[in-house]
Amino acid sequence: MALKQSMGKRVGMSAAAWLIGFLIFFPILWTFLTSFKSELDAFAIPPKFLFFHWTAENYAEVQSRSNYLLFAYNSIVLSVGANIVGLIIAVPAAWSMAFVPTKRTKDVLMWMLSTKMMPGVGVLVPIYLLFRDFHLLDNRLGIGFVLLMMNLPILIWMLYTYFKEIPVDILEAARMDGASLMNEIVYVLTPMAIPGIASTMLLAVILSWNEAFWTLNLTTSNAAPLTAFIASYSAPEGLFWAKLSAASTLAIAPILILGWFSQKQLVRGLTFGAVK
Amino acid sequence: MATQQTRVAGRLLVAPSVILLFLWMIVPLAMTLYFSTLRYSLLDSDNVSFVFLQNYGYFLSDPNFFSALVNTLVLVGSVLVISVVGGILVALLMDQPIFGQSFVRLMVIAPFFVMPTVSALVWKNLLMNPVSGLFAWIAHSLGLPAIDWFTNWPMLSVILIVSWQWLPFASLILLTALQSFDEEQKEAATLDGAGAIPFFFYLVLPHIARAITVVILIETIFLLSVFAEILVTTAGGPGVATTNIAFLVYKQALLNFDVGGASAGGIVAVVLANIVAIFLMRIVGKNLES
Repeated sequence: MALKQSMGKRVGMSAAAWLIGFLIFFPILWTFLTSFKSELDAFAIPPKFLFFHWTAENYAEVQSRSNYLLFAYNSIVLSVGANIVGLIIAVPAAWSMAFVPTKRTKDVLMWMLSTKMMPGVGVLVPIYLLFRDFHLLDNRLGIGFVLLMMNLPILIWMLYTYFKEIPVDILEAARMDGASLMNEIVYVLTPMAIPGIASTMLLAVILSWNEAFWTLNLTTSNAAPLTAFIASYSAPEGLFWAKLSAASTLAIAPILILGWFSQKQLVRGLTFGAVK
Repeated sequence: MATQQTRVAGRLLVAPSVILLFLWMIVPLAMTLYFSTLRYSLLDSDNVSFVFLQNYGYFLSDPNFFSALVNTLVLVGSVLVISVVGGILVALLMDQPIFGQSFVRLMVIAPFFVMPTVSALVWKNLLMNPVSGLFAWIAHSLGLPAIDWFTNWPMLSVILIVSWQWLPFASLILLTALQSFDEEQKEAATLDGAGAIPFFFYLVLPHIARAITVVILIETIFLLSVFAEILVTTAGGPGVATTNIAFLVYKQALLNFDVGGASAGGIVAVVLANIVAIFLMRIVGKNLES
C-alpha cells in the first residue's frame, strides 16, 4: 500500500518536473523549430508546432546575407585563443599558490577575485579611448586581451581549487628524484591535473563565447564574434524571424552542447569554490 | 618542504598574473577617476578643462540618473526574487526521486548557455511580439487581449528575459547544495513525522542558506551591469524606462561623447558593485580558510 502510494507520488513529481523543465527549455526548442520554417510559417497564427514544410534554406541565407562564417570564426578564435593564453599564464600561478603558498597567497587570491567585481562600465571610457588610440578597436588582439583579463581570475581560482586536491607528496617525490621545476609542472603535475584543466578551459570558453558587454562595445565587423552578429538582427526593418532563429541556433548550439558536458564544473567555477 | 629555490620560483610564477591583473584594474580605474574630474567631450577634445567634482554634481542631480538608479535596483531586485524563489522550488522538485532526472536537469540548465543577445531577441520577437508572438496567441486562445509587452510593460519584459537567463543558474547551484544534504537526517526527520513545511524551514533552508547567499551575491554583481539585453530590445526606452546605470554610462560615453560625465557615472557604478562585492568576498574568504 505504502509502496503503491509512493510510486504514485513519484510519477506525479516526475510529471511536474518534466513540465517545468520543458517550459524552461521551450524558448530554445521554439527557436530551433522556427529556424526550419519559411518566413510565412514563422509568423503564422495559430503557430505551427511540428506540421509545417521543413526547410533548411534559412541557414544558407544567413551565411549569404551576413557572412556568418566570419563571425563564427571570430567567436572560436577569440574564446579558444584568449583562454589558451590564459591557461599558459594561470597554470604556473595556480601551481605556485597551491604548492608553495606564502603568507600572502590567500590575500592575492582574494584580490584576484575582487578584480572580477569591477563592473565593465567603470572602465569602459578609458578602455575605449586607449583602444582607439592604439588602433585596437575592432581588432582581434584587442578584444582577445579583454576576454583574457575577464577570465584570468576565474582560471586561476578554478585551477587552484583543483590543484589543492592533488597530494603534494607526489610532487615532492619527483623533486627528490631530481626533477627540475619545469619538469615537475609539465610531466608530473599536468597529467594529474588534466581533468581539472580541461573543465576549467571548458567553462572559460563558454563565458568568453557569451560575453556581450565588451564584444558589443569594442568590435563592429572584422573582429566581431557571434554576440555582435546576432545584435545586428535587432533592427526592426528586415527582421525575419526564421532567419533570426537560424542564426541564433547556429550561435548557441556549440556552446549549449559544451555547457551540458560541463554542468558540474560550472557550479564550482562560478561560485569560486564556495559551493561544491 | 618547499625549498628556498621553489619559493622564489613560486613568486616568479605568480608575478605575470598579478602584474597583468593589476594593470588591467588599476590603470583604467585611475583613468576613469581622472576623466571624471574633467570637462572632456570627444567632439571637442582640444578643449579639456579641470572641473573637479562638477561632473558628479551634474550626474547625481540629473533626473535620468535617479531613474537609472531606480531602474537598476528594480531590475536587480526583481530578477533576484524570481530566480532565487523559483530556483529553490525547481531545485526542491528536481531533488525528488524523479524519473529521468539528468534529462530534466539538461533542460533546466540550458538557458544559462544562451548568449544574452540571442535570448533577448528571441523573447522580444518570437514570444512577446503583440501580433504574431506565441504569448499573444496563448492570450487570444484564452480569450484575453494580447499584451504589447515592450510598449506597455518595458521593464517587466526585460525582467522576464533576464530572469529566464538566471533561473537556471540559481536552480543548478541550489540543487548542488541540496544534494549534499544528509540522507540520514532526511529519513530521521521523516520518521519523527516532521511535516513538509517545518522540515523545509527548519532543516532544508538553513542547510542551503549559504548557497542562497552566494547565488544572491554573484547574481547581483552580474545583474548590476545588465547591458546587451537592454541594447538589443529597448535601447533604454521608451524614454528612459529601461535605462539602467550601465546603459546610461554607455549612452553618455559612446552616444553623447561626454567623457567626463560618463566617467563620473562609471565611478558610481563601481562604488555600487563594491558594496555587494565586500559581502561576497567575506563569504568566499571564509570558505578558503576551512
